Amino acid sequence: MTSPLPAEQQGSTDSAGRSIPDPDRWSSLLRGSQGAAMHPDALHRLVSRTTELLQLAQAEEDALDTGAAAEAGALLVESHFTDPDLLAGAIGLLQAGGPGQLRCAELAGAFAAGWAEALRERTLQEQEAIRLAADTARREAERALRESEARFRALFESAAIGIGIGDVEGNILAVNKALQDIFGARPGDMQGRRVNDLVHPEDSPGVWEAYEEMVSGKRDHFSLDKPYYRQDGEVVWTHLTCSLIRDDDGTPVYQVAMLEDITDRYRLQERLRHQATHDPLTGLPNRSAFFERLEAVFDSPEPGARFGLCYVDLDGFKVVNDSLGHEMGDQLLAAVALRLESALRPLGHLVARLGGDEFVVLLEDCRGEQEAVAAAKTVLAALAKPVPIDGHRLAIGASIGVLERPVAATTPMAAVRAADLTLYRAKEEGRGRWTLFDPQRNARSVSRYAVSVRMPVALDRGEFFIDYQPLCRLSDGSLSAVEALVRWRHPQLGVLGPDEFIGTAEETGLIMPLGRWVLEQACGQAADWVRQFGDRAPQINVNLAVRQVRNAGLVTDIDRILRSCGLDPSRLQLEITESAVVGPKDESLRALHSLVDMGVSLAVDDFGTGWSNLAYLRDLPVSSLKIAGSFVSDLKETGREQQLGWRIVGGLVSLSHSLGLTVTAEGVENADHATRLRQMGCDRAQGWHFGRPARPEEIVRRIMEEHDLKPDK
Amino acid sequence: MRRPSWVPEGMDLDRPAAARVYDYYLGGSHNFAADREMARKAIELWPDLPLIMRANRAFLRRAVTFLAQQGFTRFLDIGSGIPTFGAVHEVAREFQPDSRVVYVDKDPVAVAHSRLLLEDDKACAVVDADLTDPQDLLSRPEVAELLGAGEPVALLLVAVLHFVTDEQDPEGILATLRDALPPGSALAICHASLEGRPDQAETHQALYRRTPTPMKMRSAERINRFFEGFELVEPGVVYLPQWRPEEPAAVGEHPERMVGLVGVGLLP
Repeated sequence: MTSPLPAEQQGSTDSAGRSIPDPDRWSSLLRGSQGAAMHPDALHRLVSRTTELLQLAQAEEDALDTGAAAEAGALLVESHFTDPDLLAGAIGLLQAGGPGQLRCAELAGAFAAGWAEALRERTLQEQEAIRLAADTARREAERALRESEARFRALFESAAIGIGIGDVEGNILAVNKALQDIFGARPGDMQGRRVNDLVHPEDSPGVWEAYEEMVSGKRDHFSLDKPYYRQDGEVVWTHLTCSLIRDDDGTPVYQVAMLEDITDRYRLQERLRHQATHDPLTGLPNRSAFFERLEAVFDSPEPGARFGLCYVDLDGFKVVNDSLGHEMGDQLLAAVALRLESALRPLGHLVARLGGDEFVVLLEDCRGEQEAVAAAKTVLAALAKPVPIDGHRLAIGASIGVLERPVAATTPMAAVRAADLTLYRAKEEGRGRWTLFDPQRNARSVSRYAVSVRMPVALDRGEFFIDYQPLCRLSDGSLSAVEALVRWRHPQLGVLGPDEFIGTAEETGLIMPLGRWVLEQACGQAADWVRQFGDRAPQINVNLAVRQVRNAGLVTDIDRILRSCGLDPSRLQLEITESAVVGPKDESLRALHSLVDMGVSLAVDDFGTGWSNLAYLRDLPVSSLKIAGSFVSDLKETGREQQLGWRIVGGLVSLSHSLGLTVTAEGVENADHATRLRQMGCDRAQGWHFGRPARPEEIVRRIMEEHDLKPDK
Repeated sequence: MRRPSWVPEGMDLDRPAAARVYDYYLGGSHNFAADREMARKAIELWPDLPLIMRANRAFLRRAVTFLAQQGFTRFLDIGSGIPTFGAVHEVAREFQPDSRVVYVDKDPVAVAHSRLLLEDDKACAVVDADLTDPQDLLSRPEVAELLGAGEPVALLLVAVLHFVTDEQDPEGILATLRDALPPGSALAICHASLEGRPDQAETHQALYRRTPTPMKMRSAERINRFFEGFELVEPGVVYLPQWRPEEPAAVGEHPERMVGLVGVGLLP
């Protein structure tokens, strides 16, 4: 690089005769400093100008132009040559003439003063500028903060949701307008109040625990529905969300509560819930509400807790309903409900309507049997006076099953069932009374209960089977017929006889498929025996229930069954009870005639236990009569009674014969009776003396024995 | 979408700020005690720092000059800091008098200072935004206006990407910015490398970890990949003094001692 110094420039020289500063070293000094960041052309211009100024300062022999030297220094600062090392280097170059040269020292001093002055000025300016920038930035930040605060205040004040702020000690510090509105409070009403004052008896369990956990920092928020008292004492329901605000160290400092008024929603829910849990007619809790409450009793009970149930059924309600109409019946139910409610509610008991004319009283925390009985007596007393409705004075009573038990001893379902069964005992024992639960009787009732519940599936599962009981000719004791007796092998109760479940089967309608099944089985069995033993096979007797006799399909059914198993109709005798036929114009009479026309014979079963209308024996196409077992089995007694009994039996036998009917005596348990009956001319006998109901194999064995047949035929 | 800044971040002049520390390195007085303390400590540990900063400033000047000579009139300078001397608009206008520059920084003091300086310059704007939220940055009206004209824009990321941590995903930020640039735009990067002075890298980064802007020096390979999607102009990615020096002598014997790797790429 050539020297930037113009040729004509005058100036000092160093001891070697070079000008001061040395142009090359000056240029190199600047390039090594801030010049590195500059464009080479700009640096070149700076080097030229500063050298020029320094030369100019030395132009006069006698007086140094300190101003020019200072300007050179200032120019460098202006171009950002602010590094102290640069100043040191520059002074070195300016003093190159040697320490003895005063002018050089003076030059360096003037340059340094100019540099320092400019640097001080520049530093102050820059400090001022950066301070100004910092202040501006701070003001901007503060303005933004104020705006933010204003925004928050506006948000807080005009939020549609109620917002309250409190400290962790529970002091309410601020609430917004919406929260004042929710609480119906004026500004200032909430100030100074404490969060803990805002309790309500319907606060859900756990709300205050959650609150304590939050303010102690164990949780950061919680949310739930909570009622509050408004300033005017009304209740307002809110959805509450509480959050904790911590400081930078994580210490809880504030709590914020946000509340939404959900009173309308809550009331609607309540109404819907009321509708779902209350009986619309009486306004009492309904069945599901009752079970809910009952189950709550069983939900984590205190040790030794007891409860009571009064299962109430109105006596004679059906008569009112049938005779005076449903509307009257409904009014009566409503009136009864009102009486029960006003009599029992004050005692703290729950009255619910289970349906129809059934009500129940639930005694939670029952103190003992007496209390439950007292409740039942209260029910009876409440219904003692007639109920005036539309000018009628309706006398209505009730039967009550009372149950009082330790909670731990039972389950809700078992308790209600037991109370229900106890109620039926009350009904059986005569109405208008209460009956106390009796565990032993209950067990029996329960088995009846178990029968009806289980029966519908029992047929499908093949739980029924048939035993056969011999009917023997009294003349020679030979087997004349067998009676098919259905049995139920109940999985819990063991084998049940017909009298234990036929009643239920009749009630439930199961008698129809069951009866058909019995006919199919019995006829099939009889046909088998005929195939095996020909004429030596016994006639088959099958019982027909009342409902079966009245069933329009009976004739078709029997015809189909006989055909399908190939049994001669004359080998089938159907036993009907007196009650099967009501009178000469009964529809079922026609069916019975059809059966007889088909070749099937009919017998009247259990004769003497029912109405025993002798007149209808004349109309019925029966060929046989079975004297009820009680007539014969009662003959055990001696004396006058016994004579009378025999005389009745004898009368029945001769009556039957006079009508052209054969007679079978049931319940024959010993040989004496058999002899006496034979002497009276009775045709056949049935009873333990002639054989108990037995499995078909036993009957086969007996036929073979009687006819001296080999087992392996 | 960035959440509205409900409460502005506080200003803390007791903590060093990268922009003011940089100013001190360059011999300026736009700084406070905390900045100076930090800068002095850094220089004590690494005496080359002022030289490096000058080299960085020189690169910025050369890159802007190059781009202006190429016809660029729109510049987006992100991480502009405190424009002490040789500000982008001054350099660019030597060749393109109509140049428009949008300066972006997240340091409120740097932004305030720049605004005071540029108050009367209608072709320049200063935006307070953060590179690590490029969507927000691009949505600022001044930036959107600059990019929206469809004319090429020179994006300057000079000594700023190494203040973006890996968690903040520098590649993702670059992709977002690249997608917003009109065709023919340019990207200039200066980024502190690990390779230049491996002996200094750890202590220097440790020092910056105490500032609000920790520093992440990166490998040459990673820095090269920042130009994905751009075509590098000659001489590619090189050490600070090596990029288009005005005089061969200015490169020096050890350009790697300047640590910063730089390059300029053009978007096809």
